[in-house]
Amino acid sequence: MMSASLATVSYIGATILFILSLGGLSHPESSRRGNLYGMIGMTIAVLATVFGPRVTMAGLPWIIGAMAVGGAVGLYAARKVQMTQMPELVALMHSLVGLAAALVGFANYIDPVAAHGLSGAEKAIHEIEIYIGILIGAVTFSGSIIAFGKLSGKIGGKPLLLPARHWLNLLGLLVVIVFGYQFLHAESIGTGMIGLTVMTVIALLFGIHMVMAIGGADMPVVVSMLNSYSGWAAAATGFMLNNDLLIVTGALVGSSGAILSYIMCRAMNRNFISVIAGGFGTGGGTPAKAGDAQPAGEVSPISAVETAELLREAKNVIIVPGYGMAVAQAQHTVYEITQLLREKGVNVRFGIHPVAGRMPGHMNVLLAEAKVPYDIVMEMDELNADFPDTDVSMVIGANDIVNPAAQEDPGSPIAGMPVLEVWKARTSIVMKRSMASGYAGVDNPLFYKENNRMLFGDAKKMLEEVFVALKA
Amino acid sequence: MALMIGIPRETATGEKRVATVPEVVEKLIKLGFKVAVESGAGDAANCSDDAYRAAGAEIIVGAAKLWAASDIVFKVSVPTKEEVGMLREGGHLIGFIWPAQNPELMQQLAAKKATVLAIDCLPRMLSRAQKMDALTSQAGVAGYRAVIEAANAFGRFFNGQITAAGKVPPAKVFIAGAGVAGLAAIGTAAGLGAIVRANDTRAEVADQVKSLGGEFVKVEYEEEGGGGGGYAKVMSEGFQQAQREMYAKQAKEVDIIITTALIPGKPAPRLITAEMVKSMKPGSVIVDMAAERGGNCELTEPGQAVVKHGVTIVGYTDLNSRLAKQSSTLYGTNLFRLTEELCKTKDGIINVNMEDDAIRGLTVIKDGAITWPAPAPKLPVAATKPAAAKPAPAPAHGHGGGGAPASAGKTAAIFGVAALMFLFVGAYAPAAFLGHFTVFVLACFVGYMVVWNVTPALHTPLMSVTNAISSIIAIGALVQIAPPLNLLEGFDRPDGWIRWLAVVGIALTTVNMFGGFAVTRRMLSMFRK
Repeated sequence: MMSASLATVSYIGATILFILSLGGLSHPESSRRGNLYGMIGMTIAVLATVFGPRVTMAGLPWIIGAMAVGGAVGLYAARKVQMTQMPELVALMHSLVGLAAALVGFANYIDPVAAHGLSGAEKAIHEIEIYIGILIGAVTFSGSIIAFGKLSGKIGGKPLLLPARHWLNLLGLLVVIVFGYQFLHAESIGTGMIGLTVMTVIALLFGIHMVMAIGGADMPVVVSMLNSYSGWAAAATGFMLNNDLLIVTGALVGSSGAILSYIMCRAMNRNFISVIAGGFGTGGGTPAKAGDAQPAGEVSPISAVETAELLREAKNVIIVPGYGMAVAQAQHTVYEITQLLREKGVNVRFGIHPVAGRMPGHMNVLLAEAKVPYDIVMEMDELNADFPDTDVSMVIGANDIVNPAAQEDPGSPIAGMPVLEVWKARTSIVMKRSMASGYAGVDNPLFYKENNRMLFGDAKKMLEEVFVALKA
Repeated sequence: MALMIGIPRETATGEKRVATVPEVVEKLIKLGFKVAVESGAGDAANCSDDAYRAAGAEIIVGAAKLWAASDIVFKVSVPTKEEVGMLREGGHLIGFIWPAQNPELMQQLAAKKATVLAIDCLPRMLSRAQKMDALTSQAGVAGYRAVIEAANAFGRFFNGQITAAGKVPPAKVFIAGAGVAGLAAIGTAAGLGAIVRANDTRAEVADQVKSLGGEFVKVEYEEEGGGGGGYAKVMSEGFQQAQREMYAKQAKEVDIIITTALIPGKPAPRLITAEMVKSMKPGSVIVDMAAERGGNCELTEPGQAVVKHGVTIVGYTDLNSRLAKQSSTLYGTNLFRLTEELCKTKDGIINVNMEDDAIRGLTVIKDGAITWPAPAPKLPVAATKPAAAKPAPAPAHGHGGGGAPASAGKTAAIFGVAALMFLFVGAYAPAAFLGHFTVFVLACFVGYMVVWNVTPALHTPLMSVTNAISSIIAIGALVQIAPPLNLLEGFDRPDGWIRWLAVVGIALTTVNMFGGFAVTRRMLSMFRK
């Protein structure tokens, strides 16, 4: 058995390893080691706890049993998941953290040992910690479940907007505060449970409502926000248990998620509050001012063979992938084309918009899966200035992130959002199933630009045809 | 019933182009038409009868038979009287007509109850009409050929070289007028390695000149030279004076002058005087692309290359025919695009839709009724540029914090709020809590600093690894599962409940712990150079 001090220094070691783990992600080269640090840190933390002074051997069978089940499920999921399903998996895992935080909170509350020796302000603070910990855990849980449903298509992507939804949320908050007061002044654990249960139910409903009201285009923000919440839930649990390791780790994860949310919001030129308040991408809920700068004209379609010709004769090509590429699982074909063109001496690069796909960095992971070297995968800011010197820009299943209306039409719902300026290339080719508008429900004047060509059809099928034509 | 498109042999002297080429014939047939080509029509443009036949066209010997068989005739040069005579009553004709210059021809065609689309009457400012713009495609070819003619007549290299036999200075080329032909000439000359200068009365083309490798020479006089429709207009006397001075100066310096200046409906402006020609170095070359309309140079003899004052002045009017295959291919494609517009149903039947701005502009005679000139198309009046949409300030992505520092006032406000919160916590919270609070705040800062350095490409792995790390909550469940007995003495602890909650908690978090790290590992191993 370890002494309390030994357990504490182990925790410090684990904390440092976690920080190094996040730090390692600053570059793909160092990232693998970063992940290893994280694993070592986690192992140390768990071992130090299990063999520390707070756990007796009587618990070991239970622990091993639970960890074996959880570990097996986790490893299975990690092996089986397709890269295109990463957003769903991440959302699902957030929900587990939220649920666990809520369970730990409940267990802690009904445990009389935990509050032993606390009185006055200390007891109040401890109970507030439990209350808040469960609150955040429950919101994370239900919110993530809904996010999972939306991402996997089990729930429609359109935002559900209840009438007076802001008032409903406010009412929920009031009820939570009132019952919180009742909870703090409860005589016994039994009576306290009433307040706690009511609050949990409301928190669950709030989580559902919050994510239901958010449109598909805002999903990257939601996923990173839930990531942040799961961190805060861990931090709150740490306060409740007086455990600094949990506090530090929770705070790390929480601020990481918060920064990601901030980056995503900035990439869409959207205010964080308005994303959370929901209602974007309603397709009818907030129609653009009627008749206002409706892009008109006709689109010029192009065939796969002509596309191949254009690509073959180009010197500089930029490919802009979007969610459509993920849906069609076209990343491998994209890479085959890329390889072929690079062999012919064409400079092919990828332009990634921060919110392309359904979670931060989604496109990078897909392209990495297809073995696209990461040094030709560029961020928006790195290559946006290069489009005028580009012969062909190819947009695969993206819409809003290449919409010139964001720059040209101040009345557009996406006005001011930074976009990839594909239309500045000599020719832009947009691969699309049909002329339907993107998630934001905004028509795209890009399609009507005279140097734009539309390649209609399923992304994967069309790309395969392009590939065959290129090889011929 | 699919209509027959007829391609006669061009009869004008020196005309080597043909109205369509075999590659385009295939596309026309795909649109549902039948195509007939007069035997020998493409010979001068290197398109043999066999090639046309292979593309699916029918070869007809004799102009009269071809004209009689065709529902639609594609022509290049303006039809002659004889040709109009052969046109079928009520037939269709597409080609260059120049109705303003050829009123008689218009009458004859109208008498034939024909429907005539004059490719030269295309409303060029309609952006979707560009694919049919034969004037542009032909001017581009001519501009290229003008440089080749200049190079042919010029006694030196275009590009500068340093050889064992001595240093060769690059040729200096001046191009007057940066329209389509001028721009093509700039690009070609620059491609050959010459130093290229260009001038145009429309100041806005300066950027286009630069983009092709030329240098824009300004006239030191303020006047706006855009005459609408992308053409130039006649300039004021003061401007012309300044322009002449500039040309005189260039003439002394450069080796080659290519002039392309045209003003619609007017004779070509006289830019190069005999004086200027005299001032040029012996062996210099002038290519006057405006020769057909009187020439930009006083000494130009249309259709001829002459040497005057030691300067070769090329006044060929058939530059396009001197590159017949290329001109024909582009012209044929222009006509094909027009046919596509006429036959949206792709069934080989045309519909001359007078509601369509582009078609309306092209149609100069409809079923024998003269419809020229067309009313001005409804166009965005020189679309005043929307107050140049402010480019979003380039966000400093990752790597070192969040962009520009916030304003002083905002920063002060944030600090004020933070100070108040800390005061509140300090005033009420017990010491034990403060210890944790310190750790919490510092950890937030560490997280902030570390995560800003994460490259956006790794945002997904970042999320999955933070997800795995947040399974640290397991510790909370672990310490609840079986605390040491001495702590429990004297308490009525609902062990069963707590244990089950904790076991479920552990199981859930281990899913994350193992799953999160494993999937991160899987993802990261895919990132490769």
